[in-house]
Amino acid sequence: MIVELGHFCLILALILVVGQAGLAFLAVSNAQNHHWMHLPGSLATGAFLFVLLAFSALTFAFLHDDFSVQYVAENSNSRLPDAFKFSAVWGGHEGSFLLWTLVATGWTLAVAMFSGQLTEDMKTRVLGVLGFVNAGFLIFLIFASNPFERMLPVYPQDGSDLNPLLQDFGLIVHPPMLYMGYVGFAVPFAFAIATLWAGRLDAAWARWSRPWTNAAWAFLTLGITLGSYWAYYELGWGGWWFWDAVENASFMPWLIGTALIHSLAATEKRGVFRSWTVLLAIFAFSFSLLGAFLVRSGVLTSVHTFAVDPERGLYILAFLVVVIGGSLALYAMRAVDVKSTARFSLSGREAMLLANNVILVVTTAVVLAGTLAPLIYESLFEGDKLSVGPPWFNAVFVPLVTLLFLFMVLSPYSRWRSTAVSRIVVPAIGSLLVSVVLSSLFFWIGGASFEPVAWSYVTLALWIVVGLSWDMANNLRNKRDRIAALFGRSWSYYGMWLGHSGMAVCILGVAATLYYSDERDVRMQPDDVVVLSGYEFRFLGVDQIEGPNYVADRGVIEVSMDESPIASMYPEKRRYLSSGNVMTEAAMKPRFFVDLYVALGEPVGDDAWAVRVHYKPFVRWIWIGGALIGLGGFITLFDRRYRRRRQVREEVALEGAV
Amino acid sequence: MKPKRRQRLWVVGAIVTLSAIASGLALFALQDNVNFFYSPAQIVSGEAPVGQTLRGGGMVKTGSITREPESLSVSFVISDLKGADVAVRYEGILPDLFREGQGVVAVGTLDEERVLIASEVLAKHDENYMPPEVADVIDEAYLKSDVETFQPL
Repeated sequence: MIVELGHFCLILALILVVGQAGLAFLAVSNAQNHHWMHLPGSLATGAFLFVLLAFSALTFAFLHDDFSVQYVAENSNSRLPDAFKFSAVWGGHEGSFLLWTLVATGWTLAVAMFSGQLTEDMKTRVLGVLGFVNAGFLIFLIFASNPFERMLPVYPQDGSDLNPLLQDFGLIVHPPMLYMGYVGFAVPFAFAIATLWAGRLDAAWARWSRPWTNAAWAFLTLGITLGSYWAYYELGWGGWWFWDAVENASFMPWLIGTALIHSLAATEKRGVFRSWTVLLAIFAFSFSLLGAFLVRSGVLTSVHTFAVDPERGLYILAFLVVVIGGSLALYAMRAVDVKSTARFSLSGREAMLLANNVILVVTTAVVLAGTLAPLIYESLFEGDKLSVGPPWFNAVFVPLVTLLFLFMVLSPYSRWRSTAVSRIVVPAIGSLLVSVVLSSLFFWIGGASFEPVAWSYVTLALWIVVGLSWDMANNLRNKRDRIAALFGRSWSYYGMWLGHSGMAVCILGVAATLYYSDERDVRMQPDDVVVLSGYEFRFLGVDQIEGPNYVADRGVIEVSMDESPIASMYPEKRRYLSSGNVMTEAAMKPRFFVDLYVALGEPVGDDAWAVRVHYKPFVRWIWIGGALIGLGGFITLFDRRYRRRRQVREEVALEGAV
Repeated sequence: MKPKRRQRLWVVGAIVTLSAIASGLALFALQDNVNFFYSPAQIVSGEAPVGQTLRGGGMVKTGSITREPESLSVSFVISDLKGADVAVRYEGILPDLFREGQGVVAVGTLDEERVLIASEVLAKHDENYMPPEVADVIDEAYLKSDVETFQPL
């Protein structure tokens, strides 16, 4: 009964979002219907509530082990712990798309509630576009991936269980974060379309959509970071990025989104790149949809694509074509009228941001090419299969982002319009010298062997942070009250500071991990010792333990250094009872500078086991960096500019008049 | 030339240069870092090149897994189930879902005896999920053979 109600709620939600889109269109296109303008907001609220009810109904079915529902039977089991029954709601295709839709209607509700500074006309248009997008999601959900499908009259006594890899805390938080980001890009997209629709491409729309874009981008950053961390500890390989098609699917919208938040800054502050920014907003959301298509259609081989279903792929592809085609057509009609009037010089901050945009877009194109290459090649040369692995991506990606980082170093010194070249060159060289000294010191204290490439990237990372600090100190120099000046800058500035520093932390982590990691697969009998970078791993043997829904062989490994014990590690090899799936649960000893990581392979006779031992310096800094970048994005939301309602509206009116 | 147009020229020039460098880089990297997939039949017939990194895939033949006693060396046979068998040698830890009768993909090079010396063995994370390349291998071998019934190992 509850399940049927859930299904019914989805249908009601679909009716509401169609009404939301339709009424918005009528209200905007016909002045007589002006009094309808408040309706789309109410309908958006209703749609969110009904999708939330549907989501709760599915959760209820999971928590009560209702295996007559096909989706529950495929993704749960009576012995699954309750926390995982809850996260199993989005453990498969149908449920995860329900979560996606919930997030989409949630963002729409947020726009309806927190857009007091928008003109009534603009708000209606934005909600109309979002209504259209949500209708697309709900149609797909109801007709092609209904999670409430029953298997009656014959249904299994117990479910076939959630994939063991997904029985993990990471899965509870990773998809919601990721979807907040993916779907969040629908909001800047809606702003872009609404502004094209209205034919008023002024700087005001950039100010409106900036906080929304930053928020979505920050969520996406956290989602990707969590995904990388999850892959590290759950897949048992100790890797943190595989250039897998699905990872790329989330990385491409992030790259475009990064370009977008920078280009929005230029558009808002200086009114430049207007039409380009609109185009980026369209592309950021298009790449989100493309990601959904790649993950859910099964066209690409990947570790975490969902089961193959051509019908679903076809629907998303059709929706993608409508969204991209429609937006680009609208763009072609409207954007030609827009001319940037502002002038800037090649040494100005505008030029720096332009460089950022060009490099990021080219990088995205490269990642896209590498991701789709196997697909294109196979269709061109009938049947031949090619795979583009991490070496290719690294070879192309690293030079491009290195160039990007150089601009990242220089940009804080630059000023809007134009900058005296000496104001860039002098502090850049000064901070470079400081960084060279610091990074050499860092290598000397750490006692690491000298690797020129690793040293260069550590220097680059330090150069970013030193440069930011240099700029901040420079600003304080002529202030009377320096403490007040230090804390008196805008939240946007602190967000930028934190985001760029986070990137530096991430670069440092990547460089150290790539060049100083040590990894060995060894055959170990009880009391065997393997030494890795000074750490002694002693294998004591394997015992059996029982979990709630699995049994496991648990290895016991004592780690010591110079005779003093450091940790006991317990890697597991689990066998899940209901599915019979075997899974490696690696053991980690996380420390601030070094991660020790042990995974159990298989028994190889005579009490001996295959054991994989890793020494990973600074690996945690990669995710700490990612978290800082995301945090930087959230901090910008506190900026006072986005909350000055009346003042902004007056300014907007003025700008409109000019 | 007007300053506005000169500026635009600079910008366009920079974009074109960067795109050209990126494409050049992408194509150059393509030479060494792209692997082709070969079915067991293609490897047996000599179609697959010796000494180049490639991917070979098939079903792990029952009873073919042998381990050397004092190391992590393991050898097994991948098959298209229709007569084409390729020996694979690997040293290291095999993935969780590696077992007899599973579809796997091995990445490595062929030696002179057409033994695939693998540096990486991939099995999928889901039990019921067959790598698409391997599924195609089995389908093709099935279509080509005259045998009417499909006999799983």
